[in-house]
Amino acid sequence: MIQTEKELRTIIDERTATLNNKFANTKKRSILVCAGTGCLSNESQKILEELQKVIKDRKLDDKFEANIVGCFGFCSQGPFIKIYPDELVYKGVKVSDVEEIVDKTLAKGEIIDRLIYVDPVTKQKAYKLEEMSFYKKQVKVALHGVGVINPENVQEALGYGAFQGLLRALSMKPQEVVDEILKSGLRGRGGGGFPTGRKWQFALNQPAGTKYVVCNGDEGDPGAFMDSALLEGNPFAVIEGMMIAGYAIGAQNGYFYIRAEYPTAVRRIKNAIKQLKEIGLIGDHILGTDFSFDVHLRLGAGAFVCGEETALLNSIEGKRGMPRPRPPFPAVKGLWQHPSIINNVETLGTVPYVLREGADKFITMGTEKSKGTKVFALAGKVNNVGLVEVPMGITLRELVYDIGGGIANGKKFKAIQTGGPSGGCLTAADLDTPIDYDNLIAKGSMMGSGGAIVMDEDNCMVDVAKFYMDFICDESCGKCSPCRIGTKRMLEILTRITDGKGTLQDLADLEELADATKSNSICGLGQTAANPILSTMKQFRNEYVAHVVDKKCPAHICKNLMEYVIDKDKCIGCGMCARNCPVETIHKTDYVAPGHKLPSMFIDSSKCVKCGMCQSVCKFGAVSKN
Amino acid sequence: MAKLHDTAVKQIEEIIARYIDEPTPLMLILSDIQKEYGYIPLEVQEIVSKKTGIPVAEIYGVVTFYSYFSLNPKGKYVIGCCLGTACYVKGAQQVIGKFEELLDVKPGCTTKDGLFTLDALRCIGACSLAPALKVNDKVYSNVKVDEVQKIIDEYKGAK
Repeated sequence: MIQTEKELRTIIDERTATLNNKFANTKKRSILVCAGTGCLSNESQKILEELQKVIKDRKLDDKFEANIVGCFGFCSQGPFIKIYPDELVYKGVKVSDVEEIVDKTLAKGEIIDRLIYVDPVTKQKAYKLEEMSFYKKQVKVALHGVGVINPENVQEALGYGAFQGLLRALSMKPQEVVDEILKSGLRGRGGGGFPTGRKWQFALNQPAGTKYVVCNGDEGDPGAFMDSALLEGNPFAVIEGMMIAGYAIGAQNGYFYIRAEYPTAVRRIKNAIKQLKEIGLIGDHILGTDFSFDVHLRLGAGAFVCGEETALLNSIEGKRGMPRPRPPFPAVKGLWQHPSIINNVETLGTVPYVLREGADKFITMGTEKSKGTKVFALAGKVNNVGLVEVPMGITLRELVYDIGGGIANGKKFKAIQTGGPSGGCLTAADLDTPIDYDNLIAKGSMMGSGGAIVMDEDNCMVDVAKFYMDFICDESCGKCSPCRIGTKRMLEILTRITDGKGTLQDLADLEELADATKSNSICGLGQTAANPILSTMKQFRNEYVAHVVDKKCPAHICKNLMEYVIDKDKCIGCGMCARNCPVETIHKTDYVAPGHKLPSMFIDSSKCVKCGMCQSVCKFGAVSKN
Repeated sequence: MAKLHDTAVKQIEEIIARYIDEPTPLMLILSDIQKEYGYIPLEVQEIVSKKTGIPVAEIYGVVTFYSYFSLNPKGKYVIGCCLGTACYVKGAQQVIGKFEELLDVKPGCTTKDGLFTLDALRCIGACSLAPALKVNDKVYSNVKVDEVQKIIDEYKGAK
């Protein structure tokens, strides 16, 4: 048990030395295996076990030690392993590579070339993470320690800056802590961008008594995994942020609300809470002060609307996750009717940095009104898919091309979708826009929680809008009619359009419905539900018009608006397509192309179900979409 | 109404006892029941109601609100196709469509032999592996439409 601030400082010094030694040690070298969700799904747990087994079998266990680490971020190249002290990084490791890694690299110092990352543009090999262009523009603030420390070991966290922020906070008055956060300009990282310090100030202003800090870990935006990576990679930082918030507003209890779809994050937070309780950093009279704080965990159960803060409170209270009317705001009457603040995972993960390094340092990063950094989950049609943290103010071009490595398969960039189902699409014309809260809103999208999905010329924007509307319609809680009925009607219209039955009147109706839903819904979910439609209609109106007037889907995605055709001169008549066609709608013609021996095939589109099987089996590229 | 087996009743009561001292424990109780029992039928909701004093109507409301809770038993193998945005733009709709075709079930439903349940999942956070799907806890990455039959066969054989 750590009982005083002085004791904690001594332990922090010791653990820092231990951790530095772990990374610098040449006699007992450390091997870290990425254990983020992406790599775990690619068997990284088995890689670790195999590594530990082979090291033991070869009697090398006095020289090497393998353990887990949080997400390295470059998920599309995973699983990664990192070998200290050289910091050599292997990508795309498989269980079958482990023996070779131990025998060659560990035992003899030989580098295995095929496991080294080669930059697709410069063709240069990168032996260390920082040599990869993916990492060059990144800064770790919220993700401090993620990919460095063992997320299941509090001692390593203490050796890497953990609880120094809380130490400083405890030496200040609560109002001074709030002032520091206000000064840092930190804004909510969950989407809305409300100034965190102001939220805290409201709660601090409430009379002393029972108060709560709630961490919103219900990361429901499809295509986003920032919060899961942070919870999995450095759970201690998020807990520390929660405790600093608790001290600042005078709360005694903190609640994590994490979605059930994140079992790894849940396990790591549970473990972190347990370890912190064991050493007395969670409990009564923390470090001998008057500050007592307990941390609890609640799980979501698959409802997107629970990411809305008042719906989340209802869910914790064991009710249907429906939003509450405001006022009263949660800072006045929140969880169980007591003053509460609800902060996003990344926001709380950033708080320790602000306290540890100081608001003055934090505000050197970012733009005038958006300070610090933002974590993005870069996904979709980019070459480098992964988790990135960049200073606010970086341009979309830098994000997509310098970090993301450009569009996969040599295709053309079409749009980047930010803000998930509440956000919108930004186009090639916006690529040089510096990313911050206000710029993205001005461009018709929003920061959101950090999902950034890149789309290429093969994506149909009407179909994307329909995808989001389908999502929102399904997730609408049904409490207020503008959202419940509005989203349903909008989905029907979009379905009509993508089925080829839309009219120009439908476009006008969509805009009117979108407007009504936006201005009349109770909570953020409904108020922003139409954004994907409004933004794609603004940026890609020609695609909507092509669907309703020309009855064509320019990207060949909408099934009713395209057909498969066989180029009769490319077809050699092998009949592969006809044999694979599930509805037997491909037949022989009488035409034999010059240079070919067999008659070409043709598709009778009246029976075609557009499964695409013919195209995927044709070895001669004769089948195409029209 | 079917009567629950005594061991089941005991198990459910044990779960309730774990959380009964928590403030508003309903979600905690239902989560554990769903995890250990596989579904939350009305008979189980009645036991929860009796022990917690929460009306069955309210419990039913909560169970039907959240997609994680199920009123019906799931198949032996739950195929969860991720339909998050990253997976969707990379063709997840075609993948789940193929499962629907081959298994002859709609998302959310279970095959007649009780072997497979097909679910459409929201993002599972494995966006770098898109399109991704889960069969129980095993994750399949970068799934292509023509691999669907192979995945099904893998589990059919293991019956």
